[in-house]
Amino acid sequence: MSNNPTELLYSRTHEWARLEGEEAVIGITWFAQKSLGDITYVELPRAGDRLTAGTEFGSVESVKAASDLISPVNGVVVAVNTALENAPETLNTAPFGDGWLARVKLADNPKDLMAAAAYEAFCAAEKH
Amino acid sequence: MSALRTPLAAWHETHGAKMAPFAGWLMPIQYEGILIEHEHTRRHAGLFDICHMGEFRIERPGADEALACAVSHNLDTLAPGRCRYGFLLNKEGGVLDDCIVYRFGPDFFMLVVNAACAAGDYAVLRERLPQSVALTDISAGTAKIDLQGPESALVLEGALGENFRDLPYFAFRKTDFHGARLLVSRTGYTGEIGFELYLSPDNVEALWTVLLRDSRVKPAGLGARDTLRLEAGLPLYGHELDERHSPAEANMGRMLTSKADYVGRAGAMTIRERLVPLCLEGRRAARNSDAVTLPDGAPVGRVTSGSFAPSLGCAIAFAWVNAAHAGNEHFVIRAARTGLDARRATLPFYTEGTARRQSS
Repeated sequence: MSNNPTELLYSRTHEWARLEGEEAVIGITWFAQKSLGDITYVELPRAGDRLTAGTEFGSVESVKAASDLISPVNGVVVAVNTALENAPETLNTAPFGDGWLARVKLADNPKDLMAAAAYEAFCAAEKH
Repeated sequence: MSALRTPLAAWHETHGAKMAPFAGWLMPIQYEGILIEHEHTRRHAGLFDICHMGEFRIERPGADEALACAVSHNLDTLAPGRCRYGFLLNKEGGVLDDCIVYRFGPDFFMLVVNAACAAGDYAVLRERLPQSVALTDISAGTAKIDLQGPESALVLEGALGENFRDLPYFAFRKTDFHGARLLVSRTGYTGEIGFELYLSPDNVEALWTVLLRDSRVKPAGLGARDTLRLEAGLPLYGHELDERHSPAEANMGRMLTSKADYVGRAGAMTIRERLVPLCLEGRRAARNSDAVTLPDGAPVGRVTSGSFAPSLGCAIAFAWVNAAHAGNEHFVIRAARTGLDARRATLPFYTEGTARRQSS
């Protein structure tokens, strides 16, 4: 289940991006949701918000912790997954699927993101 | 210094627990997940490793009178076989620890204290009790596991083959498990019927395993313990209770019925701030130390504990608020990047608990 889909790109702060032409869908990884535990709240960006790679665009809270969401891409939010407001646990059950966070119109090509294999190695190193 | 390990630490590690340091001990925070463990305890029964807590034995002639002057508990009305919650206070009436006193006999008690406070408590008690009264730290030889939840009495009866439904709230009884001593008290922190079980570290894994064989029981970690006790409106030492606040400020004034001249008595009713229970508008939780303000932004206090409350579906919190504003209905909590609307609540936050009900 932790298998990171090979079609996604990954950041060092455990967000993923799926590139779809000039847009990207972004979310948090299985590793991220597992580290947080049961997610009880998600603060999402709004449509129209300008995201900058490497900077915060929202937050997630679990019973025990709160964590900033860090954008993996530069661009403008065109849609957000508002279903998460009432069902934040979807981030635990389907972080790569129904738990997507936002769709972004890209300002440029994403930089400094990892492919699945490199991300897995990165997580393995971070665990120890 | 490496963290201390309970006799069940290896069991936790081999059963997928997320372990973390707590009060100098390596403790299980969760197994399957905090929400699952919380809900299971509310509906059925959760089993908690609480071996880190400290236990002292206080005995010999004069123990009764001496202990009554050392802690805030009213021992006059505490019969053998009964236990009572109360405080170890400093001279000013601030709380050094909250603890439960068990009375075994006229001059024979057990005191159960928080792990983080145990060493300090021992030193304070040794100073307050005369040398003729024996004070023994029996923590190393005492394991403790807690079975909590509405089905816990039935589970315990199944495991031990004797009736526990007639054990009153805050009463205890000695029995045996595999031929060794076992103390069962009907106490706990979840707001549900619950039992705290004290026995030798050599036997604790056997009892833990026997209880888990019952399909009504799941192991539960300190994460669920925190959310359960917060919903039950029970204070946690180091958050809602500390040396700078009196029991009365923590809404515990009604418990101060002891007529003994105990240390801290004069200051125990002092009110400068009040512990205020708060219900938040949504799911987003306030966190420890977040500022509490009036709706106009004037700061009046700070959060001591905050969490999403799984049984209520919204966030709840405790906060210290200066006494002049503690009766207000509306507050705003300044959390990271945002303000959270909060409304004064009544305790317990969660009102469906079974703790005081006759078990069936």
